[in-house]
Amino acid sequence: MEKAKSKRSFVPANYSQLLIPLIAIFLLVIFNLIRDPGFFSIGIAANNNGYPVLQGNLVSILNGASELVILSMGMTLVTAASGGQDISVGALAAIAGSVFVKVLKSGAITGWSVIGGFILCCIVAMIFGAFNGTLVANFRIQPMIATLILFTCGRSVAYWINGGATPTVESPIITAIGSFIPGIPIPTPILIVIVTGIIFALIFRFTNLGLYVQTVGINQGAARLNGINSVWIKLLAFIILGACCSIAGMINVCRLSLINHETILINIEMDAILAVAIGGNSLGGGKFRMVGSVLGAYAIQMLTITLYAMKVPSTDVKAYKAIVIIILVVLGSPVVKEALSRFWNRLSRNRQPVRAGKGAE
Amino acid sequence: MKKLVGLLLTLAMVLTMSVAAFADGEAIKVGVVNNPPSESGYREANVNDFINVFSEENGYEASFYYSIKNDEQLSAARQFITDGVDYLLISAAETTGWDSVLKDAQEAGIGVFLFDRMIECDPELFEAAVVSDMAQEGDTAVAWLLDQGLDEYNIIHIQGAMGSDAQLGRTGALDAQFEAGTMNKVVQQTATWDEAEAKKIVEAVINSKEPFNVIYAENDGMAKGAVAALDEAGITHGVDKDVIVMGFDCNKWALRELLAGNWNYDGQCSPFQAQVISEMIQKLEAGEAIEGLNDAKQIISVEKGFDAREITEEDINTYGLGE
Repeated sequence: MEKAKSKRSFVPANYSQLLIPLIAIFLLVIFNLIRDPGFFSIGIAANNNGYPVLQGNLVSILNGASELVILSMGMTLVTAASGGQDISVGALAAIAGSVFVKVLKSGAITGWSVIGGFILCCIVAMIFGAFNGTLVANFRIQPMIATLILFTCGRSVAYWINGGATPTVESPIITAIGSFIPGIPIPTPILIVIVTGIIFALIFRFTNLGLYVQTVGINQGAARLNGINSVWIKLLAFIILGACCSIAGMINVCRLSLINHETILINIEMDAILAVAIGGNSLGGGKFRMVGSVLGAYAIQMLTITLYAMKVPSTDVKAYKAIVIIILVVLGSPVVKEALSRFWNRLSRNRQPVRAGKGAE
Repeated sequence: MKKLVGLLLTLAMVLTMSVAAFADGEAIKVGVVNNPPSESGYREANVNDFINVFSEENGYEASFYYSIKNDEQLSAARQFITDGVDYLLISAAETTGWDSVLKDAQEAGIGVFLFDRMIECDPELFEAAVVSDMAQEGDTAVAWLLDQGLDEYNIIHIQGAMGSDAQLGRTGALDAQFEAGTMNKVVQQTATWDEAEAKKIVEAVINSKEPFNVIYAENDGMAKGAVAALDEAGITHGVDKDVIVMGFDCNKWALRELLAGNWNYDGQCSPFQAQVISEMIQKLEAGEAIEGLNDAKQIISVEKGFDAREITEEDINTYGLGE
């Protein structure tokens, strides 16, 4: 029944979910092109180190969204597996970034210390992720409540690790990770996002993780009867999200060569959850499409940059953002979706009754 | 747990202090109630300043209590009164709820000084308050900017968290210039103290190709974010360069950027109130009256603005916060 209905809708069922983020991006693109035809123009100019680099709003959007995209990938898994959201990702990224800075400050900054720092911060973040995961999977605490603990204390923990207000780490290697590798005109964070995306794609291609996560999210009991350890799958989702947090934290530290424990990636948990929602994923868990969340994340970033380019007064930014998001979320809600698809079906049936009949078969 | 440890520490300190008092009867007993140093770089410097000034060498017997919670601060202040300190120094977590404690102190003949933060109460209840004037910080910075004598002022103004004391004060002075038409507002946007957000705001302006020659960021971190965007776009900044960069707070690393000529100006938000209070206490002890208070019994901290062309290594060590 469910399948037949979705088959009849105007896009293949697999892709209908991506419609909302795509429409959002499309509308923002059109709006910006009308407002300023040169909005998406890309140029190449030398940066202050003398290397040619890509510039333009499109680059800014892709670059600026990097942390959010990576976090929303992990958030999609957690949402699908546990049917809830992790609200501690910003705090966890702060902890990871703090560990990274601590390692770098312990000696001279070399390629090896950067790699070592990243591995250590990744491990620490995965341990904290496992902590969240244990609370959710073993103790069956609501994810939002379980992660509230780390959300509350995470930034203090980050402060304890380093102390000081805004420790700085200056080095050409750090700048290369946070902005541009000399000679490569694409911002490094974009490259990191691509690599992360490829890793996820490979995981889904060569393992059954995606399927297992969906199964656990849809029906835990059925998953268990089929021999899937739901506790382990949920735990794994949180550990993967922890790793995502460490990448995001590292990127943000490298961007500015400093860490401010109080403001690093502040409020990003809300944007990450929003990206998952705009991406058409059910926040109640189950089926998911990571591409949707990624598109959602870029849509959010595009909205932010658009508001900056429009010079919306600082006091009004959040209100404007809220209005757009309300529209998007309502458009993506099951009620509106169903109404729209019914409307579309009637239209297409009137026009091409034969084709519609075929589709229903 | 933290509370318990805090109390035990305080108790231990008070005990050692009282032992010391028997040894040297002349020491002035001072109780300091402050916010914890983990709050910010500003607070860290503030806490260290009080520890350094109210030392045994300077003839004080000081006890310290740190909490970010008003009720914990209140009970600590009561404890200090019971312990019979001579002076009570307070940087309150909240502006209200202090009346009864301050009255108790007054009845016990204890002199109260407020520092950093004001308390909403009758000025009769305290001797003096040493506080920062954020609006004055903005005025100093804008006056410096006007002194630069640029042909045109096209300003990117990056604001802190809207409604915070620092944001209101530092924005006010610049807004007055925008209204008067002496300076041109290219963009005015809040980055809520977030460095990465400041970078995005500046990127958006660069991409719009609108000309600008001044970045006025309301703290050092956001100025650093803005500069990162300039560097990526190949726009020069600093002394005698295309764009003037202004920050606030005087972190040591920021002052070093000034010394290197990469930034132009950094405004101080002074966490150093201890010396002023110490001098007032000495006057009271000598039976003199405190002078130089305004109507609200405040002394506004003298806050400097540093110019990249004049800053020295010594300034960085004296006024810089953090490491």
